This record gives sequence, structure tokens and C-alpha cells, in this order.
Amino acid sequence: MTATPLGVIDAPKSRRKLPLTLVVGLVLVGLHVALALLTLFWTPYGPADMAGGRLEAPSWSHWAGTDRLGRDLFTQIMIGSRIALMVGAGAVAIGAAIGVTLGVLAAFATRTLDDALAATFDILIAFPTLLLAMLVVAASDGASLGSAIIALGVAISAIVARLTRILAKRVLEMDFITAARTSGTSWPRIVIEHLLPNIWPTLMVNFALQFGLAVIAEASLSYLGLGAPPPNASWGRLLQEAQGTVYTAPFGAVAPGIALVILVIGMNLLADGMRDFADPTRRRSR
Amino acid sequence: MILLFSLAIASAVLFVLLRLLPGDPASSLIAVGADPEQIAAARRQVGSDLPLFEQFLHFATNLARFDLGVSFVSRTSVAAEIGARLTVTVPLTLMAFALAVVIAIPLGILSAVKANTWYGAAISTVSQLGIAIPVFWVGILLVAVFAVNMRVFPSGGFPPGGWSDPGAALRALALPTITIAIVMSASLLRYVRSATQDVVDSDYLRTARALGSGFTEALVRHGVRNGAVPVVSILGIELATTFLGAVVVERVFTLPGLGSMLLLGIEQRDYPNVQGVLFISTLIVLLVGFAADIIQRLIDPRLRGARRGEGQ
Repeated sequence: MTATPLGVIDAPKSRRKLPLTLVVGLVLVGLHVALALLTLFWTPYGPADMAGGRLEAPSWSHWAGTDRLGRDLFTQIMIGSRIALMVGAGAVAIGAAIGVTLGVLAAFATRTLDDALAATFDILIAFPTLLLAMLVVAASDGASLGSAIIALGVAISAIVARLTRILAKRVLEMDFITAARTSGTSWPRIVIEHLLPNIWPTLMVNFALQFGLAVIAEASLSYLGLGAPPPNASWGRLLQEAQGTVYTAPFGAVAPGIALVILVIGMNLLADGMRDFADPTRRRSR
Repeated sequence: MILLFSLAIASAVLFVLLRLLPGDPASSLIAVGADPEQIAAARRQVGSDLPLFEQFLHFATNLARFDLGVSFVSRTSVAAEIGARLTVTVPLTLMAFALAVVIAIPLGILSAVKANTWYGAAISTVSQLGIAIPVFWVGILLVAVFAVNMRVFPSGGFPPGGWSDPGAALRALALPTITIAIVMSASLLRYVRSATQDVVDSDYLRTARALGSGFTEALVRHGVRNGAVPVVSILGIELATTFLGAVVVERVFTLPGLGSMLLLGIEQRDYPNVQGVLFISTLIVLLVGFAADIIQRLIDPRLRGARRGEGQ
């Protein structure tokens, strides 16, 4: 006896066309996932191999040219995409786990506790994410990827918690929740069977957006020198290294940025597409 | 009240994080191979021999009096150093913010009202691109085009005399300003666009049209005030973001602002500097948010007396 989730009407679902944004987003993100998976088995050159001359322009043997030590840039960009996906997925997973839990708790809590939690979320959101991440990364020994993921995850959790709280409160006021309660359903079952399925589509959209922001934030951290050094560097570090040679080899300062923008746009389109798919009435506003 | 409360929480978070940084702050005062007595003296000098709670009390009372201490490395007043560096960061932030607003508001409204035309769609697409680009990369690209190839602007640095030569100072800030404004206007534009869209679709606008006012007239008379409420709140957040984004952009253009002071402080483990910069940044961010709140309430009487975090 589950209530019909909001906004999901069974009959026309099968005939609903996938929004173009969703398809394009999936293709762009899928491209990166494929590249990242490929690096686990194969890369064009060894990441630390000085496979060519220094600062070579793009050619058939080096698709994105080489860096100032003669290492293949395309190889490093591929590894960068693995790192970006790890950071995005890790940060969003942490943010979702903490954020959804706290948000649901706040929605169920007494008014005082709810107010306190809501105020805390607001303050945490106001706290400068990038500065927070910089401090946490600097606090850990050396610049490690794990500490960046945790710092970004915590920052995301505040945003997710606030969104979850607002969405959950709206759903909990609805009649079908009252119906479930009067028919004796326990609170945990209400959360799992009725609440989460109803707020999940909106949360997923937010997760995709946060994923993109986390990728940008991590690139900024590495750009500032607070990331892993090459050959396993993120795109931010590649760009920082290439900035010094932008006079002689401008391409190195372009290629990693393009890779990053493709992933982030892919994620944003995915978010737009999911939103349109979950709620077709919004589509006309595109 | 809320402002003070937020500031108190923020400084507590700051304190905890700073103590998490590896190494004793005293270590930057002593030479390699110092004997235990010298180490103890150094620890006494920076206060790291006291219990944590007393350290926190010290820290909090000093902050309350705006006494930010003395840099470990340069031995100069942290407050004076921050003051000097704000003359770079604040003009940069404000100019970038103004430029972004000037770009985003008209284009955002245009792209919502003319959503079905090719240029409406084009504006939306370009803004989609703009929110996906990291600000430092825009900076690098602008340097490559305008400083290296065309030699129109300097690629970085700030005149040593500061604002005593306003022309040179403005030229030094030109590319950084454009860099921040490009990225910021993209996200701002999207908010303006969706706020305008809500207004255009609203019942009250339809009513006004039915009562005989023209589209533009109805939009100006009824739409601006309604549409401005969410936009002002976003403007507050964006201004704060710009200020923080300056940290990264200052690195791109090697500007001697607050951001480079922070990075240098982290590298040199210069705790008073790091602490001071973070405290002032948090204060500014909170103040901006507070101002945005007040302006919102001035525009929209319904928000007065509303509970925090509701109705958004």
C-alpha cells in the first residue's frame, strides 16, 4: 500500500521522450567515465614517461602535446578525469549521506531543534567553502586528495541538508503521510517508503549540480598548489603548470580546461535533463 | 544578534581548524636544532604552551577587540597588513561585481522575455558555458590573449606605489576584473532570468495586462519589485563569492591582495596572518549577507517578521 509518488503518473511514463539535455549530458559525462575507466588498464604513454620532446604541440603521437618535461599531456588529462570523477563522486556521496540524514532529522524534529539545525545549515552555507577546503587540505599532511574530498563533502552536506529539510517538510504535510500514519506505518518506514521516493528526484538534480561545483573547487585547490603533484595531477595542477609556459606552448593551458568544462557542462545538462524528466511542466521554460 | 552569533560560531570553527594545522606555531620562530629551552620560550611567546581552552579565550577576546596580533614572519601588525591588502582586493571585488551586474541584469531580463528568439536562446547557452568554467582558467586564457598576444594589459602584478598612480593601478586590475565578471555574470544572469520568468508567468502580471497596461509598463510597475527580491539575495551571495573568488584570481595575476596573503600565510605557517585573513573574510561575507537580508526586507514587506529559512 504505497501512495503514488508526487509528479509521477504511471501511464504516459513509458511514452515520455528523454529530454535532449539529459541525452547530451549523459554522453558528455559518459565520455569522461569511459576515459577514466580506461586509465585503469591502459594509457597512451606511462604517466611519468618522458615520451616526447618538451612542450611539443599537438600531433598524431601526442594528441594534446607534451608538458615541460616531455610527458604526454593527453595521458595526464585522462588521469585527471579519473581524479575529477573520484572527487566529485566522493564529495557528493559524503555530502548526500550527511546532508540527507540531517535534513530528514530536522524535518521530523521539534520546532526548537529544527530552528537550531536550520540556523546551523545557514551559517555553514555562508562559511567560505573554498577557504574551508584550503585550510583542511593544508591541515592534513601534504596535499592529499582524501582531505579535499572530505572538505568539499562537508561543504556540500550543508547545502543538501537545507534542501532536504525544506523538501521533506513540504511532503510531511501531505495527506498521504497522514494516511500512512493513521494506518499504523512506523516512522522509519514512512521515511524510506514515502518520504525519500518523493524528494529523491529533486535531490538527484542537486547532486549533479554539486558534483560539477566540486570538480571546479578541486581544480581551484590544485591550481593553488594544494593538490597532488604530477604525474597523477588533477586538471587544476596541469593548468597551473601550463600557465608558466603559456607564451611558448599555449595549447597546454587550453586542453585540460576543455576537459574540465566538458565534464561540468555534462553534469549541469544532466541535472537540467533530470529536472525536465521528473517534471515535464517545466520543459516549456527551457 | 544573528550576525554576532554567526561570527562567534565561525570564529570557533576557525580556531579548531587552525589548531588542526600540523606543527606547533612556535616552530616558525625557532631555528633548526634549537635546544628545549629555546623551544619552550618560543612556545610561551606565541602562547601555544597554554591549555587549549585558555588559548581559545585569548583568541576570542583579541578578536573581539580587533587585535589581530603580529605576524610571526614579518613581525608587522596583521591588521595593518590586511588594511594594505584590502586596497587591492576590495576595489577588485567591487569593480568586478559592478561589471557583472551591468552585464547580467539586462541580458537576464532580455533572455527571459525573449526566450523564444535566437538571441534569447543564445544568451542562455552562453551562460550555461559560463557557469561551467573555473575562474582561474578564464584568467589564464585572458592573459594569453590580451597580455601575451595583444599586449594590451599587463599579465600580472600591481604597481609598487599602489593607488598613488591610479592609471597604472586600474590597468593592473583590468584583466582580473574582467575575469571575475565573466564568470560571475553567467551565474547571476541565470538567476535574473528565472526571476524574470516567474514574474512574466505570474497571475498578477496577467491581471495587470488584462486591466489594460502594456507589457513593458506592467513589467516595470509590478515586476521589478517582485523580481528583485530573489535577485537581491543572490546578489549578496555572489558578492561574497566574488570576494572569495579573488583569492584564486589574485594568484593568477600575482596581485598583492588578501588572497595571496592567505596562501603565503598557509605556506609559511604564519598563524596570525592566516587567522586574521580568515576572520576578516568571514566578517565581510557575513556583513554582506546581512545587508542583503535587510535590503530584501525593505523591498518586500511580507518578509518582515518572517522566520529565518522559511518561504524561500
